[in-house]
Amino acid sequence: MQGAGRIQGAGRRQGAGLRIQDVPGHVLRSALVILPGSFLLVFYFYPLLTILMTSFAPTGRFGLEVVAQLLFTSYYPRIIGFTFWQAALSTLLTVALALPGAYVFARYTFPARSLVQALTTIPFVLPTVVVALAFTALVGPRGALNLALMRLLKLTSPPLNLQYSLALILLAHVFYNYTLVLRIVGNYWANLDPGLEEAARVLGASRLRAFVEVTLPLLVPALGAAALLVFTFCFTSFGVILMLGGPRFVTLEVEIYRQTVHYLNLPLAAALSVVQMMFPLALVGLYTRLQTRLTLPLELRPRHVTQQRARSLYQRFLVWGSVAFMLALLVTPLAALVERSFTLGAQAGQAVPSLYFYRQLFENPRRSAFYVPPIAAIRNSVGFALATVVLAVTLGLMAATVLASQAAGLRGLVRWLDPLLMLPLGTSAVTLGLGYILALDEPPLNLRTSPLLVVLAHSLVALPFVVRSVLPALRSINPRLREAAAILGASPWRVWWEIDLPIVARAVLVGAVFAFTISLGEFGATSLIARPERPTLPVAIYRFLSRPGITNYGQALAMSTLLMAVCTLGFLVMERFRVRGVGEF
Amino acid sequence: MRQMLSVVTVLVLLNGCGKAGVPAPTSMPTAGPTETPVQARTVRLMTHDSFEISEAVLAAFEQQHHAKVEILEAGDAGVMLNQAILSKDNPLADVLYGVDNTLLSRALHADILEPYASPLLAEIPDHLELDPQHRALPVDYGDVCLNYDKRWFADHGLAPPTHLEDLIKPAYRGLTVVEDAASSSPGLAFLLATVGYFGETGDNNFLAYWAKLRDNGVLVASDWETAYWTHFTYGSKGEGDRPIVVSYASSPPVEVYFSEEPFEEAPTGVVVGDGSCFRQIEFVGILKGTPNRDLATAWVDFMLGKTFQEDIPLHMFMFPANRNAQLPEVFARFAIIPERPAEVDYEVIEARREKWVEAWTEVVLR
Repeated sequence: MQGAGRIQGAGRRQGAGLRIQDVPGHVLRSALVILPGSFLLVFYFYPLLTILMTSFAPTGRFGLEVVAQLLFTSYYPRIIGFTFWQAALSTLLTVALALPGAYVFARYTFPARSLVQALTTIPFVLPTVVVALAFTALVGPRGALNLALMRLLKLTSPPLNLQYSLALILLAHVFYNYTLVLRIVGNYWANLDPGLEEAARVLGASRLRAFVEVTLPLLVPALGAAALLVFTFCFTSFGVILMLGGPRFVTLEVEIYRQTVHYLNLPLAAALSVVQMMFPLALVGLYTRLQTRLTLPLELRPRHVTQQRARSLYQRFLVWGSVAFMLALLVTPLAALVERSFTLGAQAGQAVPSLYFYRQLFENPRRSAFYVPPIAAIRNSVGFALATVVLAVTLGLMAATVLASQAAGLRGLVRWLDPLLMLPLGTSAVTLGLGYILALDEPPLNLRTSPLLVVLAHSLVALPFVVRSVLPALRSINPRLREAAAILGASPWRVWWEIDLPIVARAVLVGAVFAFTISLGEFGATSLIARPERPTLPVAIYRFLSRPGITNYGQALAMSTLLMAVCTLGFLVMERFRVRGVGEF
Repeated sequence: MRQMLSVVTVLVLLNGCGKAGVPAPTSMPTAGPTETPVQARTVRLMTHDSFEISEAVLAAFEQQHHAKVEILEAGDAGVMLNQAILSKDNPLADVLYGVDNTLLSRALHADILEPYASPLLAEIPDHLELDPQHRALPVDYGDVCLNYDKRWFADHGLAPPTHLEDLIKPAYRGLTVVEDAASSSPGLAFLLATVGYFGETGDNNFLAYWAKLRDNGVLVASDWETAYWTHFTYGSKGEGDRPIVVSYASSPPVEVYFSEEPFEEAPTGVVVGDGSCFRQIEFVGILKGTPNRDLATAWVDFMLGKTFQEDIPLHMFMFPANRNAQLPEVFARFAIIPERPAEVDYEVIEARREKWVEAWTEVVLR
């Protein structure tokens, strides 16, 4: 009470209530640590430890035979090796292919820029089974590409055989993760001072040399952040491996799923889960050490200074060439799906193109109790996604602020907190899902059948994306700016609001976009605990695809098209969204 | 801080929604201390994500028993059963529906179900009843069989297959797509059909068959969705190149039902030769320790009764277990029930499944 009075008394304006800038710095700082920390503790570590303990308990001696099985058979080391190998290849390929795009988005303004950027992010929300349909339509044995090549080269059999190959896995991983590199690196790059590279060029360095020796080192924090996320995503890949790689390829996540679901071999599944978590953990640990050494406080420049229109022929070629490449890689498969949602009815004697399957979405001829009108599915999906954005962005911003803090007392904490924040992304979904069922079963945390659980699970996955998006920007802020503001009498809160927030606002937006997409497209956790009366769009799509019949196929495609539309619209709205009072940077 | 507040608001709102899903008990005005208040009670059903029911049928139960049915779909049948086993000490529901004969033994060994000898068992054929203690009661069944694209075979002047042995003939090279036995439920069922038909021993055992099938260019997809929609010539509208797929005996009537043009005959056929199909039987059981045993038994009776049984075909695409249930017209006209599906004992399935799948993986995939 006394304390509260003191705080209120400290307010400068008469009659003002408790205002945020009046709260002492240490209270704010502890809140920054405690809130994300307790979120992880309660909704991640507690369920995870519960399931791991339960899994190892029956064997008593912490599953020694399981460890032996892991180490001394050739099967599991091979799986671990393959998982690592395909993730590393996918990451390299994604970074290499997305870097030119990131450059174009960082340095040039061009018409329909927001739309192109929105389109490149759509793959992220699409259920794998739908992506598999799109890829077969394009590169399958009778896909458009093979048919065209056969006609062109007068061949009798399809020349491209990508079906169930490593190449298709890599292609799909690039397809899904391209946007991560594009957005995270492109956003960071946009505020880098182009003067540095120009100076190198003036001094006689070639374009390539200036890039490799000046720009690339400056990009390392953002590149590392994006690569880490891509790697972790591919490392825990499940649907892509199964549906596009086929049953011959087995990753850790696939094996964990099999051991859990088909054999209920929990000790082995738990041991594999632990192995799976180790890799991202070790990488983030490594990255954190490098990061603190490599990140330099930079003189960041606002976008209107760094970005220009493409003028010369070379620049135009660069911009439109990159855009064309992006559209070909990311948008053609989507377009194939959309096209088919209108024309599939041709076989069923419908006029082409027709809205037949869209109209069907609004009907419930079997009077099913679980029929969900498309509007309701959209509402469910968007509702979960917005809640996830709010929760993940708030907690992520807090965590990132702590991680970026240079305060001496926090250094040790940062070294631990950073890898731990990434851990949920490397954790097997089925393991954690069962952990929830086991751990969150008593009031006040009896959440097993609550829709809240969906938001919590989505936020847990989204959190690392927000942190990784925001952190490079926060770390690059020159501390002298903050010091200057503090000397001029600004409270820590005011410093954050006036200095940090405007500079990272764009990065926060990137994090928010990812949180939104992750929630919109997530299927695994949602299906584990779904209440049939509140299905999301991906759940509805799977429902259609789980039975034969052309109208089911068509409705699944129509629903997928709606998902893409909702997603694009969401991005465009978010791009327009600005925190009031925060300057554009 | 504003963001913080909105988090709290959203959480509160969501929580509110969560509760709104379960309607508040409607309490009737109590006349005196002798009268107990009548409240709408809730029976919780845990099931897999293919469960469906029509509005009217669900409402019939709810009205008759003045109760609310809360349905929890917990992933596919395997995930659902594992959740039920792990939450045994604090069950998520009162009734569990959807465990099939490939998982039955696991459910019984985990001891999660209470016996209940429903009077309606009298209307269910004995051969569907696998648990003599009545912990798991048969609700419906369906056969996993090879389907083929009728038009493709007509266009190519080839006779459709009739037996498992046809698939290894040179004429059928590269025509078949099956699902991964290690990750897909129809994939496992079809493997079990070959185990039942060819047996585990002898020169002509199931593994020898699979080796020949592999040599004859069988394609293995990870799941039914991929096999049917991207590889099966009929399902993929010509983009796939496999006119034979592992699916269900009920798939042809379902194709007819979910099509636009009226069919005189189903566009796909089923291979029903002796031992070429595997019969999946789905069970319902009361979860141990339910506080609502009376309502749970009422729900089990309801599922075995005629109203629900006749609702099954068009909602779950399985066949009703109750012999008095009438099939809907599209099923009566287009469905074929194989007379002699392969037989594999459910106890043996659980005991040897991992071994079979591993041997199969070794032969077919590596």
